[in-house]
Amino acid sequence: MATRVAVRKTHKLYISGAFVRSESSRTFPLSSHGQVFQIARASRKDVRDAVRAARTAWPSWRDRSAYNRGQIVYRLAEIIESRRDQFVDTLRVTGSALGAAEKEVSAAIDRIVWYAGWCDKIEQLLSTKNPVGLSHFNVSSPEPTGVVGSVVPLEPGLIALISALVPVVCGGNCAVVIASDREPLSAVAFAEAIATADVPAGVVNILTGYRPETVPTLAGHMDVNALDLWIADEAQDAAAAQLACNNVKRVRRHGEPPNRFWYTGGAQGPEWIEAFMEIKTVWHPAGV
Amino acid sequence: MPALVVKKRRRKPAQNSQAMGNGKRLKVEDSARLAVTQPSRPTWPYVPAPETHDYIKLAPRYELFVGGKWLKPKSGRHFASINPASEDVLTHVADASSEDVEGAVRAARVAYEKYWRRCPGRERAKYLYRIARAITERSRELAVLESLDTGKPIRESRDFDIPLAAAHFCYYAGWADKLEWAFPNMTPRPLGVAGQIIPWNFPLLMAAWKIAPALACGNTVVLKPAETTPLSALWLAEIIQHADLPPGVVNIITGGPETGAALVRQPQLDKIAFTGSTEVGKEIARECARLQRRVTLELGGKAANIVFDDAPIDQAIEGIINGIFFNQGHVCCAGSRLLVQESVLDLVVHKLSRRMQTLRVGQPLDKNTDVGAINSKAQLEKITALADTGEAAGCTRYETKCTLPARGFWFRPTFFTGVSLSHRIAQEEIFGPVLSVMTFRTPDEAVEKANNTKYGLSAGVWTDKGSKNFKIVSQLRAGVVWANTYNKFDPSSPFGGYKESGFGREGGVHGLLPYLER
Amino acid sequence: MAFVPVDAVGLEERASVLSTRSIKRDSKILGLRLAIACMDLTTLEGKDTPERVKQLCRKALTPNPEDLTVPSVAALCIYPQHVAVAKKALRGSTVKVASVATAFPSGLAPRNVKLLEAREAVAAGADEIDMVIDRGAFLAGRYRDVAEEIAAVKEASSPALLKVILETGELATYDNVRRASWLAMEAGADFIKTSTGKIQPAATLPVALAMLEAVRDYEDRTGRSVGVKVAGGIRTAKQALQFLVLVKETLGDDRLDARYFRIGASSLLNDALMQLTKERTGVYQSEDYFTKD
Repeated sequence: MATRVAVRKTHKLYISGAFVRSESSRTFPLSSHGQVFQIARASRKDVRDAVRAARTAWPSWRDRSAYNRGQIVYRLAEIIESRRDQFVDTLRVTGSALGAAEKEVSAAIDRIVWYAGWCDKIEQLLSTKNPVGLSHFNVSSPEPTGVVGSVVPLEPGLIALISALVPVVCGGNCAVVIASDREPLSAVAFAEAIATADVPAGVVNILTGYRPETVPTLAGHMDVNALDLWIADEAQDAAAAQLACNNVKRVRRHGEPPNRFWYTGGAQGPEWIEAFMEIKTVWHPAGV
Repeated sequence: MPALVVKKRRRKPAQNSQAMGNGKRLKVEDSARLAVTQPSRPTWPYVPAPETHDYIKLAPRYELFVGGKWLKPKSGRHFASINPASEDVLTHVADASSEDVEGAVRAARVAYEKYWRRCPGRERAKYLYRIARAITERSRELAVLESLDTGKPIRESRDFDIPLAAAHFCYYAGWADKLEWAFPNMTPRPLGVAGQIIPWNFPLLMAAWKIAPALACGNTVVLKPAETTPLSALWLAEIIQHADLPPGVVNIITGGPETGAALVRQPQLDKIAFTGSTEVGKEIARECARLQRRVTLELGGKAANIVFDDAPIDQAIEGIINGIFFNQGHVCCAGSRLLVQESVLDLVVHKLSRRMQTLRVGQPLDKNTDVGAINSKAQLEKITALADTGEAAGCTRYETKCTLPARGFWFRPTFFTGVSLSHRIAQEEIFGPVLSVMTFRTPDEAVEKANNTKYGLSAGVWTDKGSKNFKIVSQLRAGVVWANTYNKFDPSSPFGGYKESGFGREGGVHGLLPYLER
Repeated sequence: MAFVPVDAVGLEERASVLSTRSIKRDSKILGLRLAIACMDLTTLEGKDTPERVKQLCRKALTPNPEDLTVPSVAALCIYPQHVAVAKKALRGSTVKVASVATAFPSGLAPRNVKLLEAREAVAAGADEIDMVIDRGAFLAGRYRDVAEEIAAVKEASSPALLKVILETGELATYDNVRRASWLAMEAGADFIKTSTGKIQPAATLPVALAMLEAVRDYEDRTGRSVGVKVAGGIRTAKQALQFLVLVKETLGDDRLDARYFRIGASSLLNDALMQLTKERTGVYQSEDYFTKD
């Protein structure tokens, strides 16, 4: 009996709600379990396009109700849960054992649900009505910063990506993600979940490729408001932090934590959302 | 040109005259005479637009939902739930006795000790999300059921009650595993078992307001829906069952006032939450004081809706209409007292009386109905009696002119002018579509009159001037103040009263407090 | 001029609730006929030619040759150059000829040019003139200039009926819409009209509601009933019915008449016809069965 020939996936970039090849048409190879995958290799121009997509999508993402954003993030969890097997297999292809893969997928889904519930509460946590005196009403509240560039950890392929990305989006920001080049398959699967989960085009953009080619462009881009850097390579991290100062980006630098970090309480928190928000204070006289 | 009765042009045209489009006005009686000779004027009535409801399958009888099972009441008694728009019997529900109530509380206690208090917040959250999503999936049938059972228009149950109920479950689901961030430097713990009694005006929504925060905080509950509107809570019980919520975490027991009293007296409860009349609320408060048990109360109101001369007038009129006629006025926070600045009294009364004629009073299941049926015969009698005192006291009565259906409980939207604070219709909660209109001259006077009540649930302020708004809202003694809007609700927004309107808040971060030990 | 503030959120909420009215069966049929009878069938393109206009006149007279119970539209709305052709094609019918004028759509031309255009359109036979207000002057606060211009055009257009286009999309706020509506009515407008249809947003339900409320207050104040025309972006029968609901519930059933209400549209007509045929036959229709003109 002849063995069935499988249909192999083309691994593309995810920009502005569509799966596209790199404008440079380049790819890079990833070998695993005897198969060679060609993964899209993002260029500087792809980074530029992704930032433009994020910026274009931002006003309407920001202007949605927090409740609506929470619903969309929850839906993302629903979609990933319904595709558990795909995500488990993707992790196994890049080397995880079955038990570890199952654990990672469950933890990732639960973390998404956790953050979904923050969307319509973070403002309550961070806002204050300030007792400035009797003649003015004064209130401080957080607003999203805008477009965030996320250079996510190299591994673990799924939970690290989700832990870095989801809080950014919950706060009302749009993201350009530089995915892991060691485990890009999970990033592509995740992009498929984003694409089918009612997340509007441009809110999340995912670029696979070589970091030295993409990170500097993102770090220096004048229309990116903040950077979330999970870069193990100290030189690359330092260079990015310098470039970020061109337009006074808000920068968080984490290095690359050990794998077990992602399963601790320190791997999630409202401060992860707050890091990409700005506080606005409004005054209004109160008098007849 | 047909002959006209030429009226001298006046500043304010008489209400019974029409513009002819040539600077002249025509008295209504004359236009009726002329109708014979003029070409007929267009009319465009809306034909009935009933929401499909033949797919709603009600069981002939419902039992008590206790410990995850449907149990027959020990009394063996059931009572009818009727459709107030037709007086038809919808189904029969169980009448829980003291023994049944005790059994429910026991089941809730067991569920709390054995499972729920040990259940991690993140898992509790996922149960609540399931319930929220299931409500949304079944939202259309729940909306129809709610309208059948309460008499409220389908547009309201579809667009307001049901979506907001789902949203409450969603919002509190999100708090279940984040309680340590809710209050600084505090380790929150659940109270245990809560007994909850809810009213008939927003049955499913009130069930959501009670169950969601209680469960999110790790408590289990015994909920008693109102006697006249038990059905949506029973369907919620089904939803809860399908969501695989551990048995006993939520128990729903139907019955009348005796069932409620039995619940309040249960010694095994750690908490009572009650929404209903101030009269019954005081009784419950006394009982809880005797038992030294925690209680939160959401009681009646007699809200002032204050309209200044610099208000956006047409939107203020909508706010007034919505404030008192939404849900047939069966709303604790209804804007039942209109305080209008004297300089715009005539304008507001003119616009209000004209606007109320476009209110469509009729069958709840008609998608174009604005005002539905009164919830029960008893309530109709109360409303009628109180409205009659207004007329007897010499106030001027305005009504929506409409034909009321022969069967069912109906009351025309009404307002009275010439009301003063001491009139009964200005003091007592009518809980029906009756508005009392009073005047004020200055902002201080408005605030004084607005606060001059034993209630303190809500208030409305209408002015385009921001600083006046911010000042007035800070002076009003009410738990919810709506500025340039009315009847706005959100699960993240705390709701509750001052003074005899009760204490404790539902919604928002503050809505967690009633269900936590800190 | 009395200024009444408009609360945008409240206004939009009211419009939104009214848009949920369920118009079925006989109400739908009657509503669609009213919408057609109140329609200003429009062609305002640089590439309009006499033949194009003549063909559209046939459509205006007999929208659906398969169903002669469908009424003619209220008017044809065209550029001044085509008035004579249209007038001839529509002679003897109830369909009016409405001409845009005053340097439509921008309104940016010298005053004398704008007045001349209006006069000549009327001389060519136009029954109605759709003028545009000077938005630049309005937004710069020169309200008196805007009013004077309207009054001048009214005089120049006499005896034609004057519709004043506010171009609400450029006015941006509902307060401005209210102010411009009142100003136009005081200056003598017979109709106030939302838009030129050349920019978005054009006619929206809240904007129309704000204008209807202004018309109502003006009528209470002066006794004169001014008409409202909604134009721009109204493509579906459903939208048309929603605008009718606004008119009915704000001003009353007796304003559902071409003397007081117009819908400026083009592709709406066929959508309305398809809906009418669907109501009659019970099946959804295809565009293939309805003539483009």
